[in-house]
Amino acid sequence: MSDTHAETVPYVRETMLPQLAPPSSQAGAVKWLRENLFSGWFNTLLTVLGALVLVWLAVHFLPWFLHGVWNANSVAECREAIAQAWGDGATGACWAVIRERWPQFLFGFYPSELYWRPVLALVLLFAALAPVLFPSLPRGMMALTALYPGLGYLLLWGGSFWFPVAVYLGFVIGYVVFTSLAKAGQALLAPILGGLVVLLYWLFLSGPVERALEAVIPLSIQSVPSNAFGGFVLSITIGVAAIALSLPMGILLALGRRSDMLLVKALSVGFIEFIRGVPLITLLFTASLLLNYFLPPGTNFDIILRVVIMVTFFSAAYIAEVIRGGLAALPRGQYEAADALGLDYWKAMRLIILPQALKISIPGIVSTFIGLFKDTTLVIFVGLLDPLKGITDAVRASIEWKGVYWEPFIFVGLIFFIFNFAMSRYSMHLERRLRREHR
Amino acid sequence: METIERAVDRSHMQVSDEVAIQIVNMNKWYGQFHVLRDVNLTVNRGERIVIAGPSGSGKSTLIRCINRLEEHQSGKIVVDGTELTSDLKNIDKVRSEVGMVFQHFNLFPHLTILENCTLAPIWVRKMPKREAEETAMHFLSKVKIPEQAHKYPGQLSGGQQQRVAIARSLCMKPRIMLFDEPTSALDPEMIKEVLDTMIELAEEGMTMLCVTHEMGFAQAVANRVIFMADGQIVEQNNPYDFFNNPQSDRTKQFLSQILGH
Repeated sequence: MSDTHAETVPYVRETMLPQLAPPSSQAGAVKWLRENLFSGWFNTLLTVLGALVLVWLAVHFLPWFLHGVWNANSVAECREAIAQAWGDGATGACWAVIRERWPQFLFGFYPSELYWRPVLALVLLFAALAPVLFPSLPRGMMALTALYPGLGYLLLWGGSFWFPVAVYLGFVIGYVVFTSLAKAGQALLAPILGGLVVLLYWLFLSGPVERALEAVIPLSIQSVPSNAFGGFVLSITIGVAAIALSLPMGILLALGRRSDMLLVKALSVGFIEFIRGVPLITLLFTASLLLNYFLPPGTNFDIILRVVIMVTFFSAAYIAEVIRGGLAALPRGQYEAADALGLDYWKAMRLIILPQALKISIPGIVSTFIGLFKDTTLVIFVGLLDPLKGITDAVRASIEWKGVYWEPFIFVGLIFFIFNFAMSRYSMHLERRLRREHR
Repeated sequence: METIERAVDRSHMQVSDEVAIQIVNMNKWYGQFHVLRDVNLTVNRGERIVIAGPSGSGKSTLIRCINRLEEHQSGKIVVDGTELTSDLKNIDKVRSEVGMVFQHFNLFPHLTILENCTLAPIWVRKMPKREAEETAMHFLSKVKIPEQAHKYPGQLSGGQQQRVAIARSLCMKPRIMLFDEPTSALDPEMIKEVLDTMIELAEEGMTMLCVTHEMGFAQAVANRVIFMADGQIVEQNNPYDFFNNPQSDRTKQFLSQILGH
C-alpha cells in the first residue's frame, strides 16, 4: 500500500494520477434504477406495491375517462351513448356538460355578446404582469402595468370611461401633496396627510369630477353589474386584485410590526392577530352583511369590492408574517450599514432590507397567493357564483344536466391547477434566478 | 500581531487645530449596565486614533455612538459642528459625513460591488449615476480591486470584501472614518492587505478612529492611542510612550497580554 509506505518513510510523489472515468455500475439508467427503486429488499417491496397501486387506479378510473362522451345534449343522452358503445353497466364521463356549458364556468352570467371584454382583460393582464415578473423585458412596458387597474376595471364592469380617470386623478393629487410635504421636510406628515387627502378626494370629490367630465364629453361603454359576474371571471378578478393589493399591504404591516413607534406597532400587531385569528368566511359575512349596518344608509358599496377588501386583509395578514420572518433573518449588520451610509428609513428598507427579505420570503408569499386564489371559491357563502360550487350547482340545477357530478369538479379543478401550478413554477424560477444573481 | 514592514509616508499626516469630534461627559447604559462612563474625548482634524482595550470595555460602543448607531443617554457629542440629538436631520447629516467600516464588512449581498459603492452617493448625495460610478471605480482602484466591480460580495475573499467596504465608505467623501475592528474577522494573510489600505488612507491625511488589536498598525500610523477599560478611558498617549512607558496597571496588564508572546 503506497499510503502506509508514505507514512512510514519520507515520500515524494513523482507522477500525478490522471482523472479516470467512473466504473459502469456508477452511471446511466442501471445505476439510477438500482439507487432509487431497488436499493434493498424493503425498497424493492415498496416499488412493487407502488406499481400495483398505480395499476389498480388505472384499471378503475381509466375506463371512466376513456368512455367519456363529448357529444350529447343531456346526461340521459350521455348514458345512452355509453351503454351503446361499451355495454350495459359501463361507466363513463359525460364531458358533454363541459362542452355545452363551459362559457358559464368561465364567465358566469356575463352577457355573452360581451365575452370579448373579460378575455381582452385577461390578455392585457398577462401583458401588464410580464414586465413585473421578468425584469429582462423593456421597462417601458411598465406604463401598461400602471394603467392596467383602470383599464381592467373599465373592460370588466364597463360604464363611464371617466370613472377610472377620476380615480387615477386621486393618485396624482396624493403624489403632489406627498412630494411637496416631503420637500418641506415633513417626513412623517407627508405619507399620512397625503393618504388622507387621497381618501377624502375619493370619498367626496371623485364622483362629482367623474360626472362633470362625463357631462362635458360623454364616453362610456355598456356597464355590467357585479351580480352578472361568476365563474372564473369572478375568481380571477378577486384573486388578481387581492394579490396585487395584499403584497404592498403585507409589506407595510410587516414593517409596522417591527416599528419603533408604539402606535404603529400596536395597530399592526392588532390587525394581524385579529385577522389571522378569524376564519375568512367570518370576514366575508362581515363584508356582505355587517358593513351595511355601519355604512350610511343608501350607500351602495359594490359586493365584489367588499369581498376584494376582505380577501386582501386576510392574505395581507399572512403575508406580513411571512415577510416578518424574512426581515428577522437578515443580519443586524445590514441595517447598520444602511444607517451608517446615511440612508433614511424608507430608502434603507426599499434598497437594502426589503429586496433581501422578500427574496427569503418568496416561497411563503407564493404559497399565500395560491391559498388566496383557491379561497376565492368561498365567495359562494355571500351569494356570489364561484366556479366550484356556485356555477356547478347552477349547471346541475338544469333538467338536462341533473346527475353529473365529477365532470364539472374535474374541469374546474384543472383550471385552478393550471393557474396555481404556473404560480408555483414562477416562484421556483424566481428563486433560482435570485440565487444565481446574488450568490 | 501584524508588523508593518513598509515605510509610512508622514508628509501629509498633519493634525490641525480644527476640532472634528468633541465628546463631553458622555454616558451610556444598556439597561442597567453602565457601558460608557463619563467619556471625554476631543479629536482634531487629521488625527489618527487607535482605541484599544479588552473586550467589553466599550470601545466599539464609543465609536458607534459617534455616528449614532448607538444612542447616548447623557453628555454631548458634536461631530463636525453638528450635535447628535434625536433630531433625525442632524443624524443623517453626521452619517453622511462619517464613514464606517465594520468587523463583518456588512456589504449588501444582493448588489454588485459597484452598486454597493454607488448606492449611497446616488440616493443620499443625489449624485448622477455616471459620476457615482466614476467615483466608485476611482476608489475601487485605490483599494486595488477595480476588476471585481461587477461581481457580488459573496464571490470575494474576506480581505477583498473589507477593502470594498472601505471603498464604499470613501465614495461618500467622508471627512472622518470610523473603523470597528476591521481586521478581526479576517484570516492572517488578508489582514495585511486591509491594513495597507488603511495606512494609505492615513497617509492622505484622513481623520481616523480605529478600534483594533493591531498594535503594529497603532505604532506605525496612530498619533494617539487610547486605552479603555470598564467603559472609561484609562490612559491615552502617543504610541511610543504608550507602548514603551505605560502608566496604569490595567494598561501594563493588557499590553503584556497582547504583546507578551
